[in-house]
Amino acid sequence: MTTTQDSAVAVEMITVVIDGFEVSVPKGTLIIRAAEKLGIQIPRFCDHPLLDPVGACRQCLVDVEINGRAFPKPQASCTIPVEPNMIVKTQLTSPVADKAQKGVMELLLGNHPLDCPVCDKGGECPLQNQAMSNGRADARLDGYKRTFEKPINISSSVLLDRERCVLCARCTRFSAQIASDPFITLNERGALQQVGIYENDPFKSYFSGNTVQICPVGALTGASYRFRARPFDLVSTPSACEHCASGCDMRTDVRRGKTLRRLAGDDPSVNEEWNCDKGRWAFKYVTALDRLTHPLVRNSSGELVQASWPEALAAAAAGLKGKRAAVLTGGRVTTEDAYGYSKFARIALATNDIDYRARVTSDEERDFLAAYVAGSSTTYRDIDTADHVALIAFEPEEESPIVFLRLNKNFKKRGLKVSAVATKGSIAMDKLKADFIKVAPGAEASAVAGLALTAKSVILVGERASESAGLFSAVAALAAKTGAKIAYIPRRAGERGALEAGALGTVLPGGRPVVDAAARVDIAAAWGVDSLPATPGRTSSQIIDALASGDLDAVVVGGVDAHDLPHSHAVLDALKKSFVVSLEIAPSSVTAVADVVLPVAAITEKSGSFLNWEGRARAFDSAVADSHNRSDVRILSMLADALGNPISLGTVTSSAREFNQLGSWDGARVQFAPVAAGTAKSVSGNDALLSSWRRLLDMGTLQKGEDNLAGTRRPTVAVISTKRAESIGVTTGQQVRVSNAHGSITIPVLVEDIHEDAVWIPRNSFASQALVALDAVHGDVVTVVKA
Amino acid sequence: MTDFNESANIEKKISGQADINSVPFTEVEQPGPASLAQQAKGFWVTFSTMFKKNQTVQYPDVKAPTAPRFHGRHQLNRHPDGLEKCIGCELCAWACPADAIFVEGGNNTPENQLSPGERHGAVYQINYLRCIFCGLCVEACPTRALTMTNEYELADDKREKLIFEKEDLLAPLRQGMLAPPHPMYPGMTDTNYYNGDVKEAHPSQSESGQGVN
Repeated sequence: MTTTQDSAVAVEMITVVIDGFEVSVPKGTLIIRAAEKLGIQIPRFCDHPLLDPVGACRQCLVDVEINGRAFPKPQASCTIPVEPNMIVKTQLTSPVADKAQKGVMELLLGNHPLDCPVCDKGGECPLQNQAMSNGRADARLDGYKRTFEKPINISSSVLLDRERCVLCARCTRFSAQIASDPFITLNERGALQQVGIYENDPFKSYFSGNTVQICPVGALTGASYRFRARPFDLVSTPSACEHCASGCDMRTDVRRGKTLRRLAGDDPSVNEEWNCDKGRWAFKYVTALDRLTHPLVRNSSGELVQASWPEALAAAAAGLKGKRAAVLTGGRVTTEDAYGYSKFARIALATNDIDYRARVTSDEERDFLAAYVAGSSTTYRDIDTADHVALIAFEPEEESPIVFLRLNKNFKKRGLKVSAVATKGSIAMDKLKADFIKVAPGAEASAVAGLALTAKSVILVGERASESAGLFSAVAALAAKTGAKIAYIPRRAGERGALEAGALGTVLPGGRPVVDAAARVDIAAAWGVDSLPATPGRTSSQIIDALASGDLDAVVVGGVDAHDLPHSHAVLDALKKSFVVSLEIAPSSVTAVADVVLPVAAITEKSGSFLNWEGRARAFDSAVADSHNRSDVRILSMLADALGNPISLGTVTSSAREFNQLGSWDGARVQFAPVAAGTAKSVSGNDALLSSWRRLLDMGTLQKGEDNLAGTRRPTVAVISTKRAESIGVTTGQQVRVSNAHGSITIPVLVEDIHEDAVWIPRNSFASQALVALDAVHGDVVTVVKA
Repeated sequence: MTDFNESANIEKKISGQADINSVPFTEVEQPGPASLAQQAKGFWVTFSTMFKKNQTVQYPDVKAPTAPRFHGRHQLNRHPDGLEKCIGCELCAWACPADAIFVEGGNNTPENQLSPGERHGAVYQINYLRCIFCGLCVEACPTRALTMTNEYELADDKREKLIFEKEDLLAPLRQGMLAPPHPMYPGMTDTNYYNGDVKEAHPSQSESGQGVN
């Protein structure tokens, strides 16, 4: 456990004697933790450094003496803070403590079944281990053990075997204290005490997987890992989560080339010891998707046929050579791959037409990213010290769950003030008791200006801010006025890395502005080329328009799903017209219209790194050792060779080394030109302004193949205000139809706290894919009627 | 001896290198030809063996029985009603010093009940190219699913053929047994199975058209 403290804060140290050794620890440290510092292991089940002490399991009993007066009986070391003149004797020096611990262990095992061969925890079980180290060799209890019906699903992805439970309350404390999802609790009393869910209310938490990880026995197990493997079968690799920009440290466990589970790693400065269920369980897409195994080339009769790598690269080079081409990377690439795309565009295609943003974007956002985000250094630590956090176009629990956990921790520990500028209230806002500043979709910018922040405040602005004109400008102005820190939190894991790697039309690697001649010379010299293109590149929507109008001929597309972009039909039409080289792991809407498809490695098959929203790099190695798939950067390097303009990035390592050597730009940043604040359209009658965001668990491609996880999705609902519900005559649960000229969505309605002019639907959930079905974005007018 | 030489000697000692010429050469005495008495004693052993009982067995025409507890090929046993005893716990694989066993567990479902309780061995392989027949796996097995037979004829012409799958290792169905998957004996729990309370397949199951061997 780290004991780093602010050097400014003087910490009172207390010296205690444990087993005859003196140790100095900060005031308030628990005995069990002070003993850890000496390397003395006191057995425990309920104690967890990140949860409040509870003293439930009684396994950590020690003899305690203060000022020469001993406690009459052994005390639980996980609940008693150290005090001056305290003398502690653990099981190592006190026969009384040792006997007490052995007695508690015997009682715990009295009802614990000996089904270790069937139990998933077998081999990595604190109860098994501590029964061996601190238990009696034989049992004296001669009778029947308590049994329960087993297992019960407390959610579709978490199973509970109640007879194995030692009632340590780690899971219930996690749910209440860390996730604020108190859906599980200890029911009954005495011998029948058990963990349970409320009637008709399953454990629907985005963080439920953490309870499986911290359960010290096999009472809570993950449905998807049940009976799959033993710890000694698994090859563990430290990894980074590819699902969002929170930047969790992870561990990937692989058995015979197949990922079987992922666990949260321990990074106190980012995810502490937690992660979200998506990061934990959404990994089967790598094998569930119908993976591309060979390069594909479209033949003269218009069919995609398998080709060899040299054939495919030659076909791609022939189609790109001398053409006006652009690059769309998608937001899921690693930093090394993004750097490869960035260099490939500038050198092999001689263009700045590159954009990593595969979503609704704006030019205002692009300039904001180049001016304020590239090279910025707001961190989780700033949230820990903030006096006020403003959430702008950002729903923390759905869009960056670990940011939510950090906000929640600060809210619980020190009453952090949170304000949210949004159209609709949310579960996270309720949990954080956030000050909800209700605005109509499109009018967010003017509301932001009124926030009362200080220099110690932090503004968390999400990627959806690009959907409201003038919102980034308002955020920049607010930060300039108050001195508050800006933290831009994109949804996808690769976005910050792609920005820093220059996968954007106006910036070169390290945040160097394209328009700055010195910056171009800097990079040209490092890359060993004469010059770099000087015209700032197009944005993703401009690239699509140019492809449609014929101003561009060709495009190299990374992991982009056309349905993530606004007006996906137009996007696919534009791609159909053009020469498309697609680098993908599996067939998609883009590969369907591509001329050359090059298969690339999925995240577990390659090494690389991601920059999270803080700009913190987390490198990872390939978890599956024997994959034949290669990272994007290697394939781009081969393609650049085939084009005759080599980028010389043969490996991920060389890409990382070159990118790190470039460093960041210390010259002037891109100038940010503020945009006037937008206003909401006026609506009347059954018309409403559309508001939507993506849920954490939805129809995303990277969640394919994991049905247990899909079961904990939040229900698909259309949210409307009480007034609108009355006017169209519906109540919660009845069906409504949200429609426009393009199409319609019919889903159940939920009457909730939302701006009267607005209707909210999930953006990519089952039966509600706003971008595809309605072709509508934030602030567009739709009609809401009773279905 | 001069000072110079002395320091050279010290250096030699330190470096641990001995001068090959200074090592004394010892002559080893070679034995002479054996005496007639010695030769007669040696050949007597050969001669006397001619009148003893012949121990050679004409394998493979004659196959002598092994010792009763000979460590031969493994067998995955069944409960008396035909359900498999293996629960896929992998303790045998864990115990194996030669890493010869590969097991993957699986979930028992109402449609696919292979063993009593929740868990069965979905994949079970023993690699007889690696197995050293030590029997630690048999000791480790918590359900007595894995035992060893006396079968020793484990040779083949392809390496792949010596990786035995679950089907190769499962014990044959005996009288009263029913091929899994089939439901557990009505009213019985997995504990009843381990206590030996189940003696045969339930009659209702044999009537369901699956037939009892």
